[in-house]
Parts: sequence; structure tokens; C-alpha cells
Amino acid sequence: MPDQLLFAMEVMLNGLMAGVLYALVALGFVLIFKASGIFNYAQGVMALFAALTLVGLQEGQVPFAHLINAIFGTDIHHFGWHLPALVAIILTIGVMVVLAIIVEKFVLKHLVNQEPIILFMATIGLAYFLEGFGDVMWGSEIKMLDVGLPQGASFWVEENTAWLGGEGFYGFFIDKLDMVAAVVAALLVISLTIFSQYSKQGRALRAVADDHQAALSVGISLRFIWVLVWSIAGFVALVAGIMWGAKSGVQFSLSLIALKALPVLMLGGFTSIPGAIVGGLIIGVGEKLFEFTIGPMVGGATENWFAYVLALLFLVFRPQGLFGEKIIERV
Amino acid sequence: MNKMTSEGYTTADGRKIGGTLMEMKNITLRFGGVVAIKDISFDIHEGEIRAIIGPNGAGKSSMLNVISGFYVPSEGEVRFRGQKRPQMRPYQVAQQGIARTFQNIALFKGMSTLDNIMTGRITKMKSNMAQQALWWGAAQREEDEHREAVEKIIDFLEIQAIRKTPVGRLPYGLQKRVELGRALAAEPKLLLLDEPMAGMNVEEKEDMSRFILDVNDEFGTTIALIEHDMGVVMDLSDRVVVMDYGKKIGDGTPDEVRGNQEVIDAYLGVSHD
Repeated sequence: MPDQLLFAMEVMLNGLMAGVLYALVALGFVLIFKASGIFNYAQGVMALFAALTLVGLQEGQVPFAHLINAIFGTDIHHFGWHLPALVAIILTIGVMVVLAIIVEKFVLKHLVNQEPIILFMATIGLAYFLEGFGDVMWGSEIKMLDVGLPQGASFWVEENTAWLGGEGFYGFFIDKLDMVAAVVAALLVISLTIFSQYSKQGRALRAVADDHQAALSVGISLRFIWVLVWSIAGFVALVAGIMWGAKSGVQFSLSLIALKALPVLMLGGFTSIPGAIVGGLIIGVGEKLFEFTIGPMVGGATENWFAYVLALLFLVFRPQGLFGEKIIERV
Repeated sequence: MNKMTSEGYTTADGRKIGGTLMEMKNITLRFGGVVAIKDISFDIHEGEIRAIIGPNGAGKSSMLNVISGFYVPSEGEVRFRGQKRPQMRPYQVAQQGIARTFQNIALFKGMSTLDNIMTGRITKMKSNMAQQALWWGAAQREEDEHREAVEKIIDFLEIQAIRKTPVGRLPYGLQKRVELGRALAAEPKLLLLDEPMAGMNVEEKEDMSRFILDVNDEFGTTIALIEHDMGVVMDLSDRVVVMDYGKKIGDGTPDEVRGNQEVIDAYLGVSHD
């Protein structure tokens, strides 16, 4: 095979892997949007907050250490323990559930029957609050996240793909972490789909997404469903936070990934779980390939805008996205 | 109708009606300065078809909303199965066994007919999330049981052909029927129908009337319904409450109500000379 083609394939594979990470963030958006019609601007910050909490718990950091030290003149930073990754993850899930309950109790409950734009504004407020809160609680320095996921190039892939090229081709370079991310994303989507299609709560969730009044009339508690869906979104945020955090450290730029999820959603459709995944993959592959093929002609750095232009095209020609429900209004 | 007691009565056509299932006592409902319902009392007996009629804006739908918990009465008490009902959220009322349909159809438009009716069984489903995750078999068995009950309702309402169709695509008359199916799926003790025949043609009305009578007859379900069409109401119901401007102006069998001067005035208008 010619070198150019092989290189393009490797670019594509890496694009797929980056796409998985976009898809993970987009998934959290879809879940909340489906169940409550809210575009949750805070989803990216939730991923950041979850990752911060995970690292903090794992390292035995004292929450609000800086604040406490500043007020009381003490000098505490660590509890002095080091939790196993699994325990820290379970505790973090607990924290995300508590966060969901707090959001329902102090934000959503008071905004029932409000316009979507008002709920959207509320989530912007929530995003900034959470960003600052995470900062005060765990400190703002960049943290290493290590939950024992494999990292580095996969030699297995390299060895088994080396035959594709000729002399001087050593096989495809793929990060093991990316492969783990892909498997985790696939598992997440499968379990979420089974949950929403076949479980009582999943059915209730779809019902609430469709019509609040009707859902009430068949005996579904809206508040319970909201807490449930924000908890699940919190869990998805944690998974996304772990993957991004393990890849590039836990830092505040993590919350900006949320913006990349926006074109992903426009592509895949705001209401489709598979759409979030496919949209993520298309954006991931698309922006890498575009950079590879067209990039050199226009001076590079196309990754910054490619996704948004693609989303714009979709808005013009297929506003509901690839998998979104077509909006049909009977007149 | 023989002597009416709280223990029950026998209708003109010989059907035995049970004791009091639900009692509305001195219900008043205000929205700010507007009084939608003014000091109304009536009861619903087990097994009967009870109609609430009245001209537009009489407060019929508001009354149904009070019964189903969507509105909280400003004054008065609601008694269900002999007990005073504390203030409840609509989903709690549904869990008590009161199912309803809506005047403007509230279905889950993106879901199929089957899924819509399945949601009606949510109050009947026992296994929770953890059980479903851990013990797949039991959850599956429960799902099958509910599915069976839903299929019976689909057969009963003769909507087999649209089982898999998203309800948003169905014509109005069929949507109304699916909504009835969803309410029936909860096996309610009391079924509330808000204008089940509004906007239907004669044929559809006849179908719907038949279904309502069959539900009452086969499952013994107590039904309270609101309807505009006087002819339909008189044929269907055992007893009728008549409302006008938020007040009760008549209560009794269709024949009694038909002869009531106040009711005639409310419907036909009265000259002020």
C-alpha cells in the first residue's frame, strides 16, 4: 500500500479515537436533553468537577483546604490516605448523585414550566458556579489522574498491522487509553440503550421526555426522574472526565470540550444516543482527515473550526441531525 | 332507580351499583379572584358511570383536575375509599388507582401505541432499578406479564393494527382510543375521562361509547366522564352532575336531570323579562 494511504488510515483511526471522547461528552448532553428538554451547558464542567473530585478523593486531599487554611491560619492539605481507584470512583459517583439532588432541589424545582431558554440560562449559571466551586474545593492546579488505565502505544496493534506497509512501516500507532475509551463508550451506550428501552425507569424517562402532564397522569414522579437523569448524566460526565483526565491531565480547559460537543450534537441530533456516538466519530475523523488533506493548502489549524462549519452545514440541510426526531406538527 | 344509599343502589336496567368510592365535599377552587368551582359536593359510587356536564366554562375540567390531583382545591375535602385524601401530587393520585385521559390528548407522541399503553402499567411494576440490573430473569418475567396485560387491552380496543405505529402519526380518533388504553392499563379503581368524544364524528362517537360501556361492564371499572354531547351522556351514564358557572345546578339520573328546570335554562338560555 502506498505510504500516503497508510498515513491517512492512521490519521483516521486516531480521529475515531478522539471522536469517542467527544461522543462521551455529547452523550451526557443528550441524556438530559431527552428527558427534560434542557440543553445542559454545565455538562462539560460536570465532567471537570467529577474528575477533580475523583483525583481529590483518591489522593486524600482535604476539600476546601485553601479556604480553611486562609481563614483559620492552619496548614492542612492531605488526610494522608490514598484510596484505591475503584473506591474513589464509587465515592465520586455518590458525589455526582448528591449534586443531581441539589440541582433538582435548588434549581429545576423552581423552574418547572419555564421556557427552555430560562432553563438554559440556569445551566450556564450552574456551569460557572460549579467551575468556581470545584476550584475552591480542590484547588486550581493541573492534576494527574491515574486510575490504572493502560497508557502508551499498543505494540499489539503495531505488530499486527506492520505487514500492511512495506519497508519502513512499523504498523499503526494507537494509544491504549484510546482503545479503552472506545470500549467503555460502547459499553456505556449499550447499557444506556437497554436501560431506556426495557426498564421501568427507562420507560418512565422516555415518557417524561415526551409529555410532562401525561407522565404525571400515569404515576411518574417528575422530580425522581430528574434526579435520576442528572445522576446518570453525572456518571457519564465522570467517565468522560476520567478518559480526558487520564489523557491530558485534569485541568480547567476540560470544561471547554463541552463546546466541541455542540457540533457533535448538531450532527447526531440532540435526542439520539447512537447519534451522539456517530456524530462524535464523524467529527473526530472528519477534523483529522480535513487537517491532513486540506489543512496544508490553507495554512493548517483547521481543527479549530472544521467541526463548527460542518455543524453549520447540517443546520442548513438537516436541522434535526442524522438521528434526531423529525419535528412533525399536526395542524 | 331504587332508594339511593351510601351502600349502593340498583339502576333502572337492573345493574347493581356498589357503595361510595369517592366523595367530593364542599369543593371550592379559586384562581386569584376567579372562582372556578363554588362549594360543590357530590359522590361517585363503585361501578357506576358518572357524568359531569355543563356549558362551556362551567368548571367541569377543573373538577376533574381536582379529582386527579392536578389542581389543589382551595376549600373542601376529597374522600377516596372512605378516607380523607391528604394533599397529593398528580403522580401519587395515579398511584392510588385513579387514571385519566385529557381533553387535548396527552400521549407520548414519539412512542409506539404499545409503548404508550405500557407506560400505563408503570404504577403496577414492582421491580426497581437495582433488581432489574442484578436479576435480569425476574425483571424479564415481569415485563412479559405486563406485556400480556397490554396485549389484552389492545385486543379489547381493536387497535392491533397500529400496535407499532408512533402515536403522533395516528388520526385523532385513534389517538383518543390509545389514550383510553393507557388509562385502562393501570387497572384503575376510578377512570376519569375528559371529553372522550370531543372532536369525533358520529361513527367514532359510537365506537367510543361502546368501549366505555364495555369497560364498565367487563372490568367493573368506575367511570367519571365529562361530556358536551347531551345525547351521549344521557345514554351512557347512570347519574349526572350538572354544573354551570362553577356551581352545581343538578344531580341525579339522566331522566331527573332532563326534567330539571334550572338545567334546561342553563343549556337553552333563559329570557330575562
